[in-house]
Amino acid sequence: MGGDMEVLLEASNLAKSYGARRAVDGVSFQVRAGQTLGLIGPNGAGKSTTVGMLCGLLAPDAGSVRVRGEQVGPGASEAKRRIGLVPQDLALYEELPAIENLMLFGALYGVPGALRRERAKRVLEQVNLQDRARDKPGTFSGGMKRRLNIGAALMHAPELLVLDEPTVGVDPQSRNAIFDILERLRSEGCALVYTSHYMEEVERLADQIVVIDGGRVLADDTPAGLQRRLPSQAALQVELAGEPEPSLLDGLRAMAGVTQVELDGLRLAIGLQDAHDALPVMGWLERSGCQALGFATNRTRLEDIFLHLTGRSLRD
Amino acid sequence: MTAFLALVRKDLYLFLHDRRALLMSLALPIVIASFFGFLFGGGGDKQGSAIEIALVLNDSSKAATDVAAGLQGDASLAVAQMSLDAARQAVRTGKRKAVIVIPAGFGEAAGQALFGAGEKPEIALLYDPSQPAVLSMVKGMLTQQVMQVVSGEMFGGPGGREVNERNLHALEARPQDAETAALRGVLESVIKYQALPAKDESAGAAGAGLTMPFTTRDEALASGSGNGPQGYNPFAHAFAGMGVQFLLFMGIEMGTALLHARSSGVWNRLLAAPVSLSTLLLARAASSALIAFGILCLIFLFAVLVFGVHISSFGGFAGIALCFALVTASFGVLVAAFGKTPEVARKMAMFATLLMVMVGGAWVPSFMFPAWLQQASLAMPTRWAVEGFDAVTWRGMDMSAVLPAMGAQLGFALLFAALAVWRFRKMEG
Repeated sequence: MGGDMEVLLEASNLAKSYGARRAVDGVSFQVRAGQTLGLIGPNGAGKSTTVGMLCGLLAPDAGSVRVRGEQVGPGASEAKRRIGLVPQDLALYEELPAIENLMLFGALYGVPGALRRERAKRVLEQVNLQDRARDKPGTFSGGMKRRLNIGAALMHAPELLVLDEPTVGVDPQSRNAIFDILERLRSEGCALVYTSHYMEEVERLADQIVVIDGGRVLADDTPAGLQRRLPSQAALQVELAGEPEPSLLDGLRAMAGVTQVELDGLRLAIGLQDAHDALPVMGWLERSGCQALGFATNRTRLEDIFLHLTGRSLRD
Repeated sequence: MTAFLALVRKDLYLFLHDRRALLMSLALPIVIASFFGFLFGGGGDKQGSAIEIALVLNDSSKAATDVAAGLQGDASLAVAQMSLDAARQAVRTGKRKAVIVIPAGFGEAAGQALFGAGEKPEIALLYDPSQPAVLSMVKGMLTQQVMQVVSGEMFGGPGGREVNERNLHALEARPQDAETAALRGVLESVIKYQALPAKDESAGAAGAGLTMPFTTRDEALASGSGNGPQGYNPFAHAFAGMGVQFLLFMGIEMGTALLHARSSGVWNRLLAAPVSLSTLLLARAASSALIAFGILCLIFLFAVLVFGVHISSFGGFAGIALCFALVTASFGVLVAAFGKTPEVARKMAMFATLLMVMVGGAWVPSFMFPAWLQQASLAMPTRWAVEGFDAVTWRGMDMSAVLPAMGAQLGFALLFAALAVWRFRKMEG
């Protein structure tokens, strides 16, 4: 996406500690107008604290968050009007009808009375809940609640929508519906900051990804840029009929385009610089008398990049 | 202002549409206040307040039977005549509060003892140790009956004449000194008095023996400078006490609901809006105060319509109700500010509330407390609220009389609110 686009949000050297524990330590990134930024990191990496500071829920110990040059902070900060927050927990009054929920959150952002109802109706259409306007969220399915949860953040037509794991606990159909909503918003020029543990979601939506761990930014790049950081861009999986000769593995390692060779039982994983290198490798294996039961190729996924950057050890 | 009003409107909507909570908020204080009102004498059934005693009558003389009849005729007593064993059992099991045992030979012995010429007969009084106050009351009523009956018998009854003749005869055996001479004079005068033709019994008290040398006129000074006399209405105090108690319970619920909201995404969404923390808390307090004020008005409306509670100053009532509604609201926010979890907060706040309502005189009027506790209870907002409601109901005071109570409550409300805002700012910062 264009680096020439206007910077909408700028987080500079954000730091936040809880007692002696440094939750966020010098986090900086930018979100440009219309851009979707994926914010990913393992549990306890500092994502929620960062989101809290982006939305003015928490005051940073150091650093700043600016939206179109205006500082965001706790309290009645005007810059907050440009941001919509979709919290991870369902942030709705379950006994208040759906339309009343929307009207309330619209009022909190100062949407005038006459416009509020009209906007609420439009948002209900956006999230496909127009038929349930007078029903209480307590009677909704999990997916409907998640959609309304997003709708409540759209009432003041924000320029930036911050979504903190918005698809937790929803079925594939609802997740797909939520993606449709978000893609439509993106096409309308709304910038998104999206945090999730589901890498395929971030992969699908984000055009810029920030990986954070231990309160620090490990990577801030486009998906393609992140992929280039890995030695292997693709992988070839071979299911063997019998145990291979050690010379076969040595030969593989010596081949051009092969970055990695790992044998796990009768499963051979071959890292490739490019997916196009798969065919010559398969041909070489055949010529070398390797008896293979099957081949599978795949491109390196965001999850591989994530694990490469953050490691495989458990965090909680 | 749009945000503030929207938040208040939301809370009112949620409260008014929660029919079960609404019903409980109104029905519980009304039911319990009605019960307490009846308990403290609001039933109008004076029989219910008579002291239940047993009478063991071991003497068949006219004096003894007259004393028994007098006791039975006293509206303050509910007398049941029974054997000594049955009477003891009745007191032990709490069915009777005391037993009066009139011994055999009581009539004659009492007559002789009246003029100091014989041994005094002993009337046994057996009582329930949990009701010591009853003993004094029963003694007083017994003394009145015995003095009236025995003196009446001695001055006018046929038995009395015989007793006096025997007493006069007995004086012969005593040393003939001035005291004996004076006593002889008294007895001779009484015998002469007895020899006079009988008077109309209804004309005076001569035939009725000694009577109390005074009567009393009871006037309840319950009404002040308000709209005329209304007298003590125990329902007024009961509704004040229970109204105050249940409003504080409502404050706890409000506080714990706020704690629940804080642990959910709603709180983050509210804080993410361009609204200050003070606005959020003020809106919550304002809606709670409005609800509390409405509940107080409705439960007192019930007390007025059903139990005839009189409100002497509507301005004063509204002032006290509004101030206590503010105390309730700020108390709720305080609970939310200092509670770590809803469960812990509810337990601690419940303890604090029960202490406040107990010491504040919501259950039992504070004038029944020891002096030191009456002083200590001034540190409770509930004391000011209950006394304020008492003042503008059964005491019949006007608004000026409750201004100090209103001021004190506003002080408490401000203190609670300031502490809560300070704590919230510290936490959210």
